[in-house]
Amino acid sequence: MGRRLLQIQRVLVATLIASPLAAQDPASTIVIASKSFTEAVILGEIAAGVVRNAGYVADHRRELGGTRVLFNALMSGDIDVYGEYTGTIIQEILAELDLQTEDELRAALRERGILMTKPLGFNNSYAIGMRPETAARLGVSTISDLRGHPELRIGMSNEFMDRGDGWPSLRRAYGLAGDNARGLDHDLAYRALDGGDIDVMDVYTTDAEISYYGLRLLEDDLSFFRTYDAVYLYRADLETRAPGVAAALRRLEDTMSEASISLMNAQVKLDGEAETAVAGVFLREALSITGVVREVSFGGRLWLRTKEHLFLVSISMTLGIIVAIPLGIVAFRNPRLGQGILGAVGMIQTVPALALLVFMIPVLGIYAPPAIAALFLYSLLPMVRNTHTGLVSIPPSIEESAEALDLSSWARLLQVELPLASPSIMAGVKTAVVINIGFATLGALIGAGGYGQPILTGIRLDDTSLILEGAVPAALLALLVQYLFGLIERVVVPKGLRLKRAA
Amino acid sequence: MLRLESVTKSYAGRRVIDDLDLLVRAGETAVLIGPSGCGKSTALRLLLGLAVPDSGRVLFDGIPVTRETVSEVRRRVGYVIQDGGLFAHMTARENVTLKARTLKWSTARIAVRLEELCELTNFPSDGLDRYPVELSGGQRQRVALMRGLMLDPDVLLLDEPLGALDPMIRFSLQEDLRHIFKTLGKTVTLVTHDLSEAVFFGDRIVLMREGRVIQQGSLESMTREPADPFVTEFVNAQRGHLLS
Repeated sequence: MGRRLLQIQRVLVATLIASPLAAQDPASTIVIASKSFTEAVILGEIAAGVVRNAGYVADHRRELGGTRVLFNALMSGDIDVYGEYTGTIIQEILAELDLQTEDELRAALRERGILMTKPLGFNNSYAIGMRPETAARLGVSTISDLRGHPELRIGMSNEFMDRGDGWPSLRRAYGLAGDNARGLDHDLAYRALDGGDIDVMDVYTTDAEISYYGLRLLEDDLSFFRTYDAVYLYRADLETRAPGVAAALRRLEDTMSEASISLMNAQVKLDGEAETAVAGVFLREALSITGVVREVSFGGRLWLRTKEHLFLVSISMTLGIIVAIPLGIVAFRNPRLGQGILGAVGMIQTVPALALLVFMIPVLGIYAPPAIAALFLYSLLPMVRNTHTGLVSIPPSIEESAEALDLSSWARLLQVELPLASPSIMAGVKTAVVINIGFATLGALIGAGGYGQPILTGIRLDDTSLILEGAVPAALLALLVQYLFGLIERVVVPKGLRLKRAA
Repeated sequence: MLRLESVTKSYAGRRVIDDLDLLVRAGETAVLIGPSGCGKSTALRLLLGLAVPDSGRVLFDGIPVTRETVSEVRRRVGYVIQDGGLFAHMTARENVTLKARTLKWSTARIAVRLEELCELTNFPSDGLDRYPVELSGGQRQRVALMRGLMLDPDVLLLDEPLGALDPMIRFSLQEDLRHIFKTLGKTVTLVTHDLSEAVFFGDRIVLMREGRVIQQGSLESMTREPADPFVTEFVNAQRGHLLS
């Protein structure tokens, strides 16, 4: 729960405010995805580079989600390739199989239609880190030493908190107290540790921040952490669909080292270079591949995200209006059913956005569909409620006047009731669209793109200008749309309802 | 023309109309009067089928008012209420012609009828394109009256039509209304709580209390032969108004 809130918060705090997937030929486009941290994005960019070099169209969906989301997307065919770690598959994804060797792992994956490259050359394990001063002062040098210091404030990355090979089993293995362990965003954790808000955190051993902050890594004296060799996972059907892809990915086997990946991480996170550029340098130096890096201009990015964002908002709002207004009318005409309708749409609103998105992944996959479905559901409450309120607040004398004129039920609705309720209905629509534009930034969490994308990246890289690159257009879009709906209101709401009462 | 036979009606357990018998003859103006909550407005609503009796019968020109006949009845009745009940999103013209338009009257026929009505109700035709909020209270009531008269109904039912107006406007509209009732020869039932208004309009005054008719006839007969001490009390309470 805390994790979801934090993730919602980190997007919403940055903005108050979505995008069509570029039309793609699914047969020739290789979809590469990455998890939501820098190294994964670099691996995604590198994979995209070799795939393009092999003559395919590569679409890199950055920061698509966590391990589970990506693995499921790979199995379902939503994506074709992503970078993973052997330890993660063994300990987390396929933990119930209790795999021991790499051959067993390969066989288990093959059964699921997934192939795995050989290791890329570096092991990115977990480690536990502290500020050197704190470690020295308390005399902590191994993880076991933490047992004697239950007062230490522990901040673990959200994924590590929940993973089978993460905090719960680490705690059990070492017999740590740690009831006060909190989950937080991995990138924020470094800042929290540096700022003294937490004392102990999990790190990836290739994180650039370890040397930047001079962290002290505690010795894993019980050898708890496994080996996490970086590999690419890809769909077995690529062998027939796009035979060159597997060969291209295999060129990357054994081309990297802990030192080289850590340096690339540092170039992105600390020196502010683009993942694309860093991947480009690697491809040129390690494989002599050039000309595959595609830098998109600022204007191009903005336009793409605007299209993506508008796509999410317009589809979900259109569906919302089509469903919500009739629901409001039904609720008005049938008060008993109305209680149920209002209760149900109210209940939807209490489901956290991220939870709703995640619930929909198994049904609707990733990308835009679950985002549109969630946005649609969230848009219902203000519109249903305002339609209902607008209709029930028509004075009984007006209703009786219409009845006395013997207007048919339809004529009454269309000529009297809906026009009189229109100011309230329009207010509901305006509320819904502004909320919708804000919520749509969350779509980036499941690969739907939009203005949320640079916000996510900006949070990961602690780059305010990137956050603003998403937040500012989102806010401007909300203002613009509100203005446009003000114009629509002038057409929809009859003039007689907009005039001031004569003195 | 209009008849309620042993009608009883309760709302939320409260008996608003209690075994009421009422007859309004063709061409007469009957005024229903009584204290608040005596059931006079409900009686009008029963006549229009806006309320359905728990027991008893409602007859319109000999036809029982039922779900099947209510459309025909309503078409032959004009209904005007206290604040006019005008539709705020429609101009005066749209309010008046709404029903005729749904009946697909020709534009020419509508225009002719509108002109007649403006003359009859003393409504300035340049006010037709104003919205209710742009009209004075008196003008709004004239528009409501035009709406009620549009289809040239046999019967007019008016529920406190002057109730919300200030005295000057009230006076001029009162005069116009009586003129209209008399020249058109409509069967009129008007509800008021004001005895002077009842005397002004009524061929017959029907005094109601607690959902029943206590006495009916002229004011004179009520003063001379009150059916019940309540009649005297009600008349005396309003005498000040009568003299002023």
